[in-house]
Amino acid sequence: MSNTVLYTVISLSALGAISAVILYFIAQKFKVTEDPRIDEVEDVLPHANCGGCGYPGCRQFAEACVKADSLEGLFCPVGGNEVMAQVAEILHLETVEEEPRVAVIRCQGSFEHRPRTSHYEGVSTCAVEHALYTGDTDCPWGCLGLGDCVEACNFEALYMDEKTGLPVVIDENCTACGACVEACPRDIIELRKRNKKDRKIFVSCINEDKGGVARKYCSVACIGCSKCFQVCPFDAITMRNNLAFIDSDACRLCRKCVPVCPTHSILEINFPAPKVKKELVTTAAANSSGKAGGQTDAAAGKNASSGDSTEPQNKND
Amino acid sequence: MTVQKNQLKTFPKGGVHPAENKLSAGSPIKILPLPDRVIIPVVQHLGAPAEPVVQKGDTVVAGQLLAKSKGFVSANIHSSVSGKIFRIEARFDASGYKRLSFVINRHEDEWDPAIDRSDTLHEKITVSREEIIRKIQEAGIVGMGGATFPTHIKLNVPKGKKADILIINGVECEPFLTADHRLMLEKSKELMVGIHLLMKALEVDKAVIGIEQNKPDAIALLNGLAEKSPGITVQALKVKYPQGGEKQLIKAITGREVPSGALPVDVGAVVHNVGTTLAAYEAVQKNKPLMERIVTVTGKSLQDPSNFLVRIGTPVAEVIEAAGGLPDDTGKVVLGGPMMGKAVSKLDIPVTKGTSGILIIPDSEAHRMPVQPCIRCAKCVSVCPMGLEPYLLMLLGQHQLWDKARQERALDCIECGSCSFVCPADRPLLDYIRLDKMRIGALIRKEKKAVS
Amino acid sequence: MNKLLTVSLSPHVHGKDSTSRLMTGVVIALLPAWAVSVYFFGWAALYLPVLSVVFCMIFEFLIQKYMLKKASSLKDGSAVVTGLLLAFTLPSNLPIWILAIGALIAIGVGKMSFGGLGTNPFNPALVGRVFLFISFPVQLTSWPVPKGFHTSLTDAVTGATPLGMLKEGMRSGEQVSTLLKNVPDHMQMFLGYMGGSMGEVAAAALLLGFLYLLWKKIITWHIPVTILTTVFLFSGLLWLINPANNADPVFHLLTGGVMLGSIFMATDYVTSPMTPKGMIIYAIGIGLLTVIIRRWGAYPEGVQFAILIMNAFVPLINMYVKPKRFGEVKKNG
Repeated sequence: MSNTVLYTVISLSALGAISAVILYFIAQKFKVTEDPRIDEVEDVLPHANCGGCGYPGCRQFAEACVKADSLEGLFCPVGGNEVMAQVAEILHLETVEEEPRVAVIRCQGSFEHRPRTSHYEGVSTCAVEHALYTGDTDCPWGCLGLGDCVEACNFEALYMDEKTGLPVVIDENCTACGACVEACPRDIIELRKRNKKDRKIFVSCINEDKGGVARKYCSVACIGCSKCFQVCPFDAITMRNNLAFIDSDACRLCRKCVPVCPTHSILEINFPAPKVKKELVTTAAANSSGKAGGQTDAAAGKNASSGDSTEPQNKND
Repeated sequence: MTVQKNQLKTFPKGGVHPAENKLSAGSPIKILPLPDRVIIPVVQHLGAPAEPVVQKGDTVVAGQLLAKSKGFVSANIHSSVSGKIFRIEARFDASGYKRLSFVINRHEDEWDPAIDRSDTLHEKITVSREEIIRKIQEAGIVGMGGATFPTHIKLNVPKGKKADILIINGVECEPFLTADHRLMLEKSKELMVGIHLLMKALEVDKAVIGIEQNKPDAIALLNGLAEKSPGITVQALKVKYPQGGEKQLIKAITGREVPSGALPVDVGAVVHNVGTTLAAYEAVQKNKPLMERIVTVTGKSLQDPSNFLVRIGTPVAEVIEAAGGLPDDTGKVVLGGPMMGKAVSKLDIPVTKGTSGILIIPDSEAHRMPVQPCIRCAKCVSVCPMGLEPYLLMLLGQHQLWDKARQERALDCIECGSCSFVCPADRPLLDYIRLDKMRIGALIRKEKKAVS
Repeated sequence: MNKLLTVSLSPHVHGKDSTSRLMTGVVIALLPAWAVSVYFFGWAALYLPVLSVVFCMIFEFLIQKYMLKKASSLKDGSAVVTGLLLAFTLPSNLPIWILAIGALIAIGVGKMSFGGLGTNPFNPALVGRVFLFISFPVQLTSWPVPKGFHTSLTDAVTGATPLGMLKEGMRSGEQVSTLLKNVPDHMQMFLGYMGGSMGEVAAAALLLGFLYLLWKKIITWHIPVTILTTVFLFSGLLWLINPANNADPVFHLLTGGVMLGSIFMATDYVTSPMTPKGMIIYAIGIGLLTVIIRRWGAYPEGVQFAILIMNAFVPLINMYVKPKRFGEVKKNG
């Protein structure tokens, strides 16, 4: 009996020892020398694996950083400058600061502003509907409202507003990874510079049709009238193909362009309300269907229901 | 030659039998009253848009060149009426988007004097092979079954390849459509000359007209004519959708299988639709460019399903009006047949070179049923004429596994719709396969970019 | 016209098939076997299947409503088919509470735990049946004797199936040829004059159902024909080698659940392969396993296990057995 135990112990130990030796040599032979800094860099990254940096995942991005001679062109939008500073420290490289950015939806074509002219049936994917036709409105540029961007977002920074049929960005969740920009078949999502208190001024439309044509299918389309272009003191606005564009890097948020826009397609978001209250009331009443726009309506609605005072987009006027 | 049951051919794999509903089969081709205004897009074909050669305000006659083909795969565009060019601007067409179009206000009906408008049959072929192809190219002829691929390219057999058989597609396997059927009955002699022209252009001595068995009158008529024409035979085919698909038709008639990713000419076959063949006859023998076509206007709720000879550019609404007007309960209007046609959102869009039919579907039949879970019944697999697994391609599409879908040969799909048609759980199989194809296409473009 | 036009991708027409239509077809195909069963086994054979269906539907409804909290799928009729098939594999003298447990396992474990219709790897009715078979072996193997039964079987062990008698007899060392004298002849078995589960006895009625399924194009011939052929050939081979120890192939075809299993269980859409080639591989597997279990296994009947075992291979078969692609380019051709 004791012999059996003894033999078992000996034979198993021998087996283990032999295996260990074999494994050791195999491990030596196939050893891959990997820079330990890759692990270090990966550790400080956010582990979101969102692909916002242009690499498939954080690991690949870390490898690229370690290999690179400078951090030029390598940026983790999720971690931002803070994380990139840590990465630079590990790698003893210069930090290349980038402005924090945020996604904005450049379409206000809510149900109210953009009449439906047909009824789409089938798979709820913008990509498919886009390939089929202009969508259930006549606007060939604007949002299709089926939420490919919401689906693509890894950070719960987007939701579809059921009242307007448009997506809404939740600023504090947005990491500007660009997944939604990629997902949108109509390219209506833009990454813009993030300003103080998440203030934003932008043309919420991307249509390049002539004004008369655009007005036919959407009441809040940019008609390319150039009024904002003329009024801008900082040359931040460019006109191209019947469309005004405000460069977020040049814009100083003076808001002069906002009131001149005849179709209210320039949005100002997160600014304090004007001091003269009377005026606000009258403007709001006059523009109840105009200025407020899809996104702000939606945000306001959400504010009311959740009572969340940090909700990004409020008080338009 | 009589048609016997055992002579019927068909393609072996897959296929479905949708209700035929050939409501307008007995209705002779009528000439549609000329529209007051036509809208003629610069793209009515597969390929690059044609380049306008006339300007706003110009006066044009019917048959005059409006836009010249640009690039290798492209086709000329001609005016279908005489009148003044009112505008050259983006207008909605069957693509679902606005595209550059000529808007012409019609005045009288003056034709280009070079066009022979008489009914005389010109049987004698006096022109050379090159001349035939040149004339077809100039006339802007494209595949009129719906694919709208420029015809002259298919007639120029690439070097190193040899066509040995011309197949004339008179299958018309789409339910409801009867345009090709009527054409075969009423223009049979012209069709025969057209076939000889195409045979000469391709330098083949054998042509087979494929017709499904549900058109016995056309089979008998063309059989009689074919007996007098050396090299031409009529092949009756079993009724099965999608027999009119190029690859399926070649397989059914010759038994040859076009390899995945290859062209029909790689197996020595070239397929042309009967409509295209007639257009070729008119272009070569009568100098007439492609400016009108036969359109079936049909639907169960429509008062008077008919076949019309329609000038290109006529608004769809006017064609429907001529067939009794749009019924009140209309839920969907489809250009083409119910299996592969395109639903449109508005009716002021024009009839173009590829519009074989206008189908009106009542609201009660216009909607899809709620999607149910897949019960893995394998019906989609068994009906797929390309031997694909639609259920799997849909699953891969839902999970965004484009690479895997590519390995499963999503790109082979001919979008015949048999899978979605047969699915008992009403799953949108083809929608997802199209998404697969789009994404794979984007991947391939990306790869090519990376290489170059 | 004020309404908006609907726009969707083609095709714009749809075939007549729907899930509920297919399931109704299966139920209709089961009716002849049910009628025969009622004829032989009396009222119990009428109300037990009905109860089984009711149990299955109740459990499906409750699980979907209160546990999964999703929309009910009762309308598709799959629970009805599961209920009927489960009852058909059980003896007609089964206590109702055991039947209820079987229905709960079939629906709860066999179907819903995997996500409901379309996602279950194993045939739910068989899951329920096997669970009962293992948990209540006594109740599940005491078969009632059919009415109007005039063979010597009545003198033998009351309520054994022909297969059970064979197995028992061979264990005690008797020759198959002598044992076979005690069971009904082939014609009687074909018409259902034998002990067994409610739905499995009448081969003739089941074949009638098979013809109906083929006619309505609900199933293809591949699976049933291949299983029956495999069972016939394999058992025939064994019988030719040693007739003393093996029953003849026709006996194997007509007894037990081969008919019911091959026509109605193995052909279950969800748990069978997607391509004809795959179906044939799967069916050959079932045929071989059935005979192997019958001949060498511990249980007299093997169809249920054979089907469940091959169910497990279906994903693998689907992955490797692809339909022949149109225009496939042969790499070495």
